[in-house]
Amino acid sequence: MHKEAAIREPLILGHKTYHDITEDVCKPIEDKAPKTWYVLFGIALIIGLYGIGCIAYLLGTGIGVWGLNKTIGWAWDITNFVWWVGIGHAGTLISAVLLLFRQKWRMAINRSAEAMTIFAVFMAGMFPLIHMGRLWLGYWVLPLPNQFGSLWVNFNSPLLWDVFAISTYLSVGLVFWYIGLIPDFATIRDRAKRPIPKKMYSILAFGWSGRAKHWNRFELVSLVLAGLATPLVFSVHSIVSFDFATSVIPGWHTTIFPPYFVAGAVFSGFAMVQTLMLVMRKAMGLEAYIHTRHVEYMNIVIMVTGSIVGVAYLTELFVSWYSGVEYEQYAFINRATGPYWWAYASMMTCNVVSPQLMWIKKLRRSLIFTFIISIVVNIGMWFERYVIIVTSLHRDYLPSSWTMHFPSHIDIGVYVGTIGLFFVFFLLFARFFPVLALNEVKTILKSSGESYKNAPDHGHVEENSNSNNQ
Amino acid sequence: MADKVIYAMYDDDDVLKDGAKLLVSKGVKVSEVFSPFPIHGIDPIIGIKNTRLGIVAFLFAITGTLLATYGMKFFMISDWPMNIGGKPNATYMDNILAFIPITFEFTVLCAAHGMAITYLLRNKTIPGMPAQNPDPRTTDDRFVIELRQSENSQFSDEELVNLVQGTGIVELDQKEIK
Repeated sequence: MHKEAAIREPLILGHKTYHDITEDVCKPIEDKAPKTWYVLFGIALIIGLYGIGCIAYLLGTGIGVWGLNKTIGWAWDITNFVWWVGIGHAGTLISAVLLLFRQKWRMAINRSAEAMTIFAVFMAGMFPLIHMGRLWLGYWVLPLPNQFGSLWVNFNSPLLWDVFAISTYLSVGLVFWYIGLIPDFATIRDRAKRPIPKKMYSILAFGWSGRAKHWNRFELVSLVLAGLATPLVFSVHSIVSFDFATSVIPGWHTTIFPPYFVAGAVFSGFAMVQTLMLVMRKAMGLEAYIHTRHVEYMNIVIMVTGSIVGVAYLTELFVSWYSGVEYEQYAFINRATGPYWWAYASMMTCNVVSPQLMWIKKLRRSLIFTFIISIVVNIGMWFERYVIIVTSLHRDYLPSSWTMHFPSHIDIGVYVGTIGLFFVFFLLFARFFPVLALNEVKTILKSSGESYKNAPDHGHVEENSNSNNQ
Repeated sequence: MADKVIYAMYDDDDVLKDGAKLLVSKGVKVSEVFSPFPIHGIDPIIGIKNTRLGIVAFLFAITGTLLATYGMKFFMISDWPMNIGGKPNATYMDNILAFIPITFEFTVLCAAHGMAITYLLRNKTIPGMPAQNPDPRTTDDRFVIELRQSENSQFSDEELVNLVQGTGIVELDQKEIK
């Protein structure tokens, strides 16, 4: 049984009952959508459709419409891929790692963070696919018997590891998310009055009835999936970093990449969760469930992972000098002082300086400050990938090949388009799916709900029952 | 054969737990509990054994490991040994480090999906199944104990109802089922 110290801020504010939780979460789904939802959805859809148009043009014409050149064969495409995969790391971390650590505050945010993860991984997965140029041959990455003799895909290649890592991550994430959703869909199904929603949610709920044996299985399945997903989260971004680390490009060929990338991924993922959650809690009236305490905890994660990233940047610099390898040293001097110094400077400011502000309690508990920093962090993390990829490539061993990378409007269109599509998915999720794991939140109501927490009859600290004067 | 079922409804999980304890101590067999969220500690009271899905997950995981190992040995060593930059490829063991990431991913893939599918099938929660909870409120804030007359033949109808009524219920429902 979960016990919580009396002096801790409750996780559920106000005097909620089980029924109130159901009401609060189901109301936005059952009511008519507010006008702002339609406006936001419209904007996101237009941007997303523009992105799809750019992708169609790219596929029809060829990869040449991107700003890539002979020297820089990877630029915005892989930057965006790594950026989105990184963002897609928070959801599983919240629902899996924090479940193993028995962090109850995860319950208010895991559902939407996982949804965010899945949509982010969708967006990420699109980039390697369209980078193939001939999207319809994408299935060639699978080890299938084929007409070219018995030629198989190369299992020694980190790019193939990535295929397995990303597809496993996406599908396991989806399963984990859906298994948690089933009981909540059942709640919506049993409340639905109109026939069409009733039918839809009945199908989605898979006939869930809440039997004791089913809950017993549910809890074990969640635990085992969390146990499986935890190493998976760390492996996925490690493998993404192998795409670079196992190559022999100065600036990429470093052993620090896996932990550094994983920390960066969690860092940017939590920032994206903050961005979305701060808007969502307000728009959907969930302030009682997602409040300062949750925001503060997430800011602490951002601070810790941001510091790891900062240390990694400095270690990289030191090791490049210490290695004594001229090319390695040049790669880093060029990053900081070469023509891309502004990208490096943005990365350093956004990722190293800004999370350090979270040491100040007042700032990390400020919602507006958090919102600004969460966006700053994701800008910084995009620049990090851009710096790693483009500045390492743009000046290679042959100075006559040195060049700069200029994105074409298709580069920009595809990138901005994925942001649009991401929000299309997220807005649809917020409209039709329970954004809070409502049945999980009910399990902590008695131990961490404000009205129960220090009440004498349920209380864990009877003599302190008057101290809760918030 | 028709059977009589008693549904006793509670509005609090702890009251239900105490009620179930009381009923069981009197020798009543509680055949099912419906609740909106897992009631911790109810399983041993009403005699539900712990699930063995963990073992299932392990078996699927082992299958994944073996399949990945065998597959990569076949593709990369036996069927078409690829010589990439002169890297050793004569035996599986020479090359094993490069195969670990995919072996791991495939293990997780098989374990997670195998377990999830088994879970859904065992629960009989698959798309299109009708809901079986006795009252729509049991997915909101109500908790229901189900008693079957056939499993409690030592008690008469009234005795069962009287017993249940002493456990702090908020509603009582009786049904004939076939």
